[in-house]
Amino acid sequence: MIDREQVLHVARLARLELTDDEVERMASELSTILDHVDRMTELDLEGVPPTTHVVEVTGALRADNPRPSWPRDVMLAAAPAEKDGGFLVPSPQAQ
Amino acid sequence: MTDYEPVIGLEIHVQLSTRTKMFCGCEVSFGEPPNTRTCPVCLALPGALPVANEQAIRNVLMIGLALECDLAPRSVFHRKNYFYPDSPKAYQISQYDEPLCRGGHLGDVRIHRVHLEEDAAKLVHVGESGRIHGSDASIVDFNRCGTPLAEIVTEPDLRSAEDARSWLELLRTTMRQVGVSDVNMEEGSLRCDANISLRPVGSSVYGTKTELKNMNSFRFIERGIRAELARQEEILRGGGEIEQETLHFDPRTERITSLRSKEEAHDYRYFPEPDLLPIAITEEMLSSARAAMPELPAARQARLEAVGLNADTARQLAWRPALGDFFETALQADAAPAQPLANWVTGELVARIGEQDPRETRVQPAAFAALVGMVAGRTLTPANGKVVLERLVTEGGDPAAIVEAEGLAAVSDTGELEGVVEAALAANGDAADKIRGGNMKAIGAIIGHVMRETKGRADGAEVTRIVRDKLGV
Amino acid sequence: MNDLLDLTATEAVARIEAGDVDPDELFEVYRERAAADDLNAFTWVADGPDQRANKQGPLRGVPMGVKDLFCTEGVPSQAGSRILEGYLPPYTATAVRNAQAAGAALLGKTNQDEFAMGSSNENSGFGPVRNPWDRERVPGGSSGGSAAAVAAGLVPWALGTDTGGSVRQPAALCGIVGLKPTYGAISRYGMIAFASSLDQCGPLTRTVADAALLFGHLVGRDPCDATSLGMPEPVLVPTAERLDGIRLGVPDELTGEGIQAGVLETFQATLRLAEELGATVDTCRLPHADHALSAYYVLAPAEASSNLARYDGVRYGLRHEGDDDLISMYTRTRHDGFGPEVKRRIMLGTYALSSGYYDAYYGRAQQVRTKIAEDFRTAFEAFDFVVTPTAPTVAFRLGEKVDDPLSMYLTDFCTVPMPLAGIPAISIPNGLSEGLPTGFQLAGPAFSENRILDAAHALEQAIGFDGSKARQ
Repeated sequence: MIDREQVLHVARLARLELTDDEVERMASELSTILDHVDRMTELDLEGVPPTTHVVEVTGALRADNPRPSWPRDVMLAAAPAEKDGGFLVPSPQAQ
Repeated sequence: MTDYEPVIGLEIHVQLSTRTKMFCGCEVSFGEPPNTRTCPVCLALPGALPVANEQAIRNVLMIGLALECDLAPRSVFHRKNYFYPDSPKAYQISQYDEPLCRGGHLGDVRIHRVHLEEDAAKLVHVGESGRIHGSDASIVDFNRCGTPLAEIVTEPDLRSAEDARSWLELLRTTMRQVGVSDVNMEEGSLRCDANISLRPVGSSVYGTKTELKNMNSFRFIERGIRAELARQEEILRGGGEIEQETLHFDPRTERITSLRSKEEAHDYRYFPEPDLLPIAITEEMLSSARAAMPELPAARQARLEAVGLNADTARQLAWRPALGDFFETALQADAAPAQPLANWVTGELVARIGEQDPRETRVQPAAFAALVGMVAGRTLTPANGKVVLERLVTEGGDPAAIVEAEGLAAVSDTGELEGVVEAALAANGDAADKIRGGNMKAIGAIIGHVMRETKGRADGAEVTRIVRDKLGV
Repeated sequence: MNDLLDLTATEAVARIEAGDVDPDELFEVYRERAAADDLNAFTWVADGPDQRANKQGPLRGVPMGVKDLFCTEGVPSQAGSRILEGYLPPYTATAVRNAQAAGAALLGKTNQDEFAMGSSNENSGFGPVRNPWDRERVPGGSSGGSAAAVAAGLVPWALGTDTGGSVRQPAALCGIVGLKPTYGAISRYGMIAFASSLDQCGPLTRTVADAALLFGHLVGRDPCDATSLGMPEPVLVPTAERLDGIRLGVPDELTGEGIQAGVLETFQATLRLAEELGATVDTCRLPHADHALSAYYVLAPAEASSNLARYDGVRYGLRHEGDDDLISMYTRTRHDGFGPEVKRRIMLGTYALSSGYYDAYYGRAQQVRTKIAEDFRTAFEAFDFVVTPTAPTVAFRLGEKVDDPLSMYLTDFCTVPMPLAGIPAISIPNGLSEGLPTGFQLAGPAFSENRILDAAHALEQAIGFDGSKARQ
């Protein structure tokens, strides 16, 4: 129930490259899983509010007081590519 | 031939002037070297979590109060998912269907909503020296990433490019007065996109709209909107259809080009941000926001009218708070009546100080009031009043003392004045004849003579009365 | 040396305090065993003592294993994934810092299913972990490395994380204790995220007393985690020996079909033991528990698809080389760096959130979540705890379920309802079936950990499970 086209579309959204094999397998595996997940449609959930947070609290805000920023060399330490103090990446095409 | 009317809505991003970023304690950056204002949170390192800045929330509440919006008792952050190098989490924490503020208006334009979100990083295009594998590269600087932004969306109530521009200027003034942002387009603390469509006059059906982005000055916004309206009108008159797309205006060439095609329309997959709890607006937050609000121009204008000012003067003083403050302090000196005092503030004072804050000049409100009192009481002519004002502005001091020292007091003795007028009439026989003949313009010569003789201390109206009396006109 | 290895963490702390045991010696004994590990339970073992551990603190330098996904400054923190291979974070997770401040010493980072996605530890980018009870079998997951290490006596106790059962289920399969606290009890700051509204840090230990001891030092409200609450009362050392007055609820939905016969046997035996200790046992209903798995396998992948989007090769981790175009860099990096299970869940989650599908999947799952929480609240009006077998089977063979993702997901059905409701649950070993351990699960209302630990302790004493065989 999720076909090759849909798999390719979702993979594009998720920025995930898949080989042809993987696409095929993914379509079949996801279909099986979604079949099971669709059991939720058996339930009458009319008027049931969604739970977005199990914690029943609001707030937990931060006062607007500065904390020292981190040294640049530490923040760049794991960078795959850097230049002039920044993270170097291929340019996005007209996005 | 159909007449089309423009239908324009604006989406404005206001960078809030908090000390720290929206979700971490890094100080908001003002041009520091790249990546020196970052931390695990705003760099989205594995395991980092956001915590919301309460001052940013308060600032949006203040914006909501200024725009007379409904403030949501419960508001939720959402993740807006998309991949781009300027978005380190590959999602922006924003708000979706439960924003902080809804409804409201500013001037004639209705507000749709105001919500809170975080700014993206900066991409700097690298030239030849930095190409990756022979093609273009960019450098990402995360200093700006995470700065709090308020997004203000209007209803499509604007009907021309000029209106859009002047409304945006009104919004800017309002934001400045509320004190939540520098709202400077050149620096990027005020950004504006426009949603533009046309529809036949009289129709209530909206046409297809386009989104015009990346206009970074008021002038460009006006020109861009005008250019897009022209483009759309040409298409419609040619029988074509408007394509819904995102467009870019090039101010140099005045051309509109497409930024994104329909295929690339994003699916943001919004869902409630699980790392942040919903915001419940408490009474305490509301009163704290209200307390931090300056008096808003509309309210101040009404108050000044109640004090006795006409609408026009009241409005001028209300929309320029420094002048309004100066006026109200001067009024308290009880030395001059309200309207003349206000007229001198918006007239003579502004003529001398321009955009400057009166507090940066030497003139004290009480002294100013005393001066206007003297003019209103006719112990000083308006002409000499201006002379004294000039002195007050540049050197400060007390007007009475200046008048005394310079001998500028109005001629108060009618007898003395009569004498001077008679001498003037005698010396200007031609003018006198013309006046007798009904040509009142000739009185200018008489007044001029009297003013020279009295060194400007004669009241022009009084001189005119004496001339008429003596000549029987 | 055997003497040292037989000490529980609680006993070791007492002996160190008494001056009988030297913490550095204890650390070294365990460290050598960990370094010689043949279970592949560790992704990193320390060279020497942990300089950051406060040995004067209440935990006296007793060594601890920490699941790979906890950020530990300067020490590889990879979440079991090749996309973070060798990644050294510049900071340490709050839970780990709390433990170190109390005196627990970092001995090693433990292997896990990649990004905590899995129930067998076969999804690790660094090879599967083996169960010390039978090396041809899985230890469970996703905290398989932590569980195997504790069960095999490579470390006295360890930190894991539980999202759908990832502390409790491996604890059951390895014959040790695993606690999933109330959501928010322990800070998530520095825990590489899988599913933000479900993830919780939890201790894996040999005894319930050890779990209480470690748990007490992990909890706390953290200003760096807006969803953290801490515990409303201090965590106590459990002392109960009986269960008088305790009402145990047994849900039909989680104790019938799908449970292996041998597992059901030890479960029933434990229930009879509980009654001997004074508890009453009755059936309870969790009407929506049948759909918990469906809700979980929508919500967790959905949040994960968003949490894992940051692994894009820009700022850290793996970057696919040779791309001059940004999108290829993204897609190939993620193709190369993520394993099949992670890819599956990212796809599932992205789909569930995508335009046109949100209401049917994500929206629905959120509603089911509400009903499950309601079911538990209702049950807890009549019962003190809801009890089930922790896992439906004993440890299965390596490779047995790898080709059938759905069958792997189905093994979670006893453990996923609790995180959906945000409530705490513990698994204690309660016997053997075919020579392999089974686990008994107690779940209680939010913040009832003290009572859960007490009841679990009483049962544990009565059961008298001996896990020493796995430590040979």
